[in-house]
Amino acid sequence: MWLVVLRRLGMGVVTLWVVSVLVFAGTEILPGDVAEAILGQSATPEAVAAIREQLNLDRPAVVRYMDWLTNLLRGDLGISLAANLPISEMISGRLKNTLILAALTAALAVPLSLAMGLAAAMFPGGRIDRFVTVSTLFLLSVPEFFIAATLVLIFAVHLQWLPAITYATEYDSVWQLAKSLALPILTLTTSVIAHMARMTRAAILNVMTSPYVEMAILKGVPRRRIVLRHALLNAVGPVVNVVALNLAYLIGGVTIVETVFAYPGLARLMVDAVSRRDMPLVQACAMIFCSAYILLILIADLLAIFANPRLRHSKQ
Amino acid sequence: MSEETNDATQEISLDAAGARPLFQLSTMGKVGVGIVVFWIVVALIGPFFAPYHPADFVSDESYGPMSAENFLGTDYIGRDILSRVLHGARLTMSLSFLATILAFVVGIGLGFTAALSGPRIDMIISRIYDAFLSIPTIMLGLVVIAALGSSIPVLIVTAGLIYSCGLYRIARALALDIKVMDFVEAARARGEKLPWIIRREILPNAVVPLVAEFGLRLVFSILFISGLSFLGLGVQPPTADWGVMVRENLGGLYGGSPAALVPAAAIASLTVGINLIVDDFSAQRGQEIAEEMI
Repeated sequence: MWLVVLRRLGMGVVTLWVVSVLVFAGTEILPGDVAEAILGQSATPEAVAAIREQLNLDRPAVVRYMDWLTNLLRGDLGISLAANLPISEMISGRLKNTLILAALTAALAVPLSLAMGLAAAMFPGGRIDRFVTVSTLFLLSVPEFFIAATLVLIFAVHLQWLPAITYATEYDSVWQLAKSLALPILTLTTSVIAHMARMTRAAILNVMTSPYVEMAILKGVPRRRIVLRHALLNAVGPVVNVVALNLAYLIGGVTIVETVFAYPGLARLMVDAVSRRDMPLVQACAMIFCSAYILLILIADLLAIFANPRLRHSKQ
Repeated sequence: MSEETNDATQEISLDAAGARPLFQLSTMGKVGVGIVVFWIVVALIGPFFAPYHPADFVSDESYGPMSAENFLGTDYIGRDILSRVLHGARLTMSLSFLATILAFVVGIGLGFTAALSGPRIDMIISRIYDAFLSIPTIMLGLVVIAALGSSIPVLIVTAGLIYSCGLYRIARALALDIKVMDFVEAARARGEKLPWIIRREILPNAVVPLVAEFGLRLVFSILFISGLSFLGLGVQPPTADWGVMVRENLGGLYGGSPAALVPAAAIASLTVGINLIVDDFSAQRGQEIAEEMI
């Protein structure tokens, strides 16, 4: 089993390395001159020369990549072109804010969507199931900014319960923090819950078709007991997998939500960096998000291995 | 001779399938078709019905209220929202449509090639796609736009290539399944070439799951492209595009103006409509295939 786990960890490291190559190549190997592309129409010869020097553009791409990677591994993220500040300084507070948002969303969304998925799977085709499948289909299809705009109009403008814009994250009380983050968290939760509830339902219904569940049905075990005692335990692996995968989906939602609510998080920093074409900052942010994504998927796979003995043996 | 019989049997089976309706729409499916047809009509002829030019300042008021002159109110600089939504339909829908077509051509082309032309090419293409799949789609989009800047061709190609990943997997799996079937073996034995086999033997058998997939990828492309426009990294203002309109009018939201909600609702209704059809379609046809693929 440990061999399988080690192999999966090794795969994670290789994936991370491939992603670093892609991110670097994507941002550095441009048709034409990077420095001119970054500066656009405002390119004076002096400015172009300055940027060329700052990015070491006179050296071959492979050498620059190796430098970038070794610095990255030492925790040196480089210097932002636009702000002229060390990137690690710019990022630390932003990263914390985004993590707070993601953690609170997960704390709300995971139990809620598991309950929805379970309730739907209890009686497939029943009233609850139809409600869950139709409402999640709706939530799955609409863009995050539509959910956000609707929530703002309802809760911030008409009911005036909650603030619409989240400027800072320093607060006196937990209640105040919860109140100011309520709308962004609610938006993220609704968009992530749809995937999670649907996949949970599918995972449990999948187990429900197995012969031992059929046996339990034939023996006359109550439906609720079958789902909670018989099916759920065997669905734990896939369900945990679902949770981890959906937390990875959060990355897409976070970029939109931070922009809607003017939340000072890492995703908004990255969006700004992209529009200013601040390449070192884009690279650093992209690497952080991609590492988080790969880590979550790695955790999902490892949990699946722990939960399902059949996955513990390598195929060879 | 053998080719003729083969074609004949194929035609008979196609006719048999055509005799009963392709699939019966449920109520939700009909609602979906209604919504999608409505927006297609708007995209085609909507601009002719727009009361104003989308760039005209028709009111001195920013976030003007709904009135007889401005049916849906005016936006942050006093342009007519209804006219802009009607004009924006065409761009928003055609961008994602083109991206989906591109995803289909690239994904299916490479998927079939990988499945049919031997393990080595299969491995190379599959590994490249695996590498791209290990990056979240929005990050891929952001990195590409940071490098190339935002323009309409860049948006279409980026979305198209990103969503070709899913289609590649499906097309490859389908082709691997169908490849071993007798009629494909027979075509091979007759000495038919690869493109012929794909077009005449494999594609007809893959139509149902691919149609459902087309709808799904279209929804993803709409969300992706309008999301980027919303972030200010997609279609650039002053173009009337739904995602751009949401961004422009976001400020009014906090004052209670629905100017940002109208284009957001337009996108939402379109994507919900497409997904209602897809859901109906895959619930009735190709369910087994869809489950196998996951």
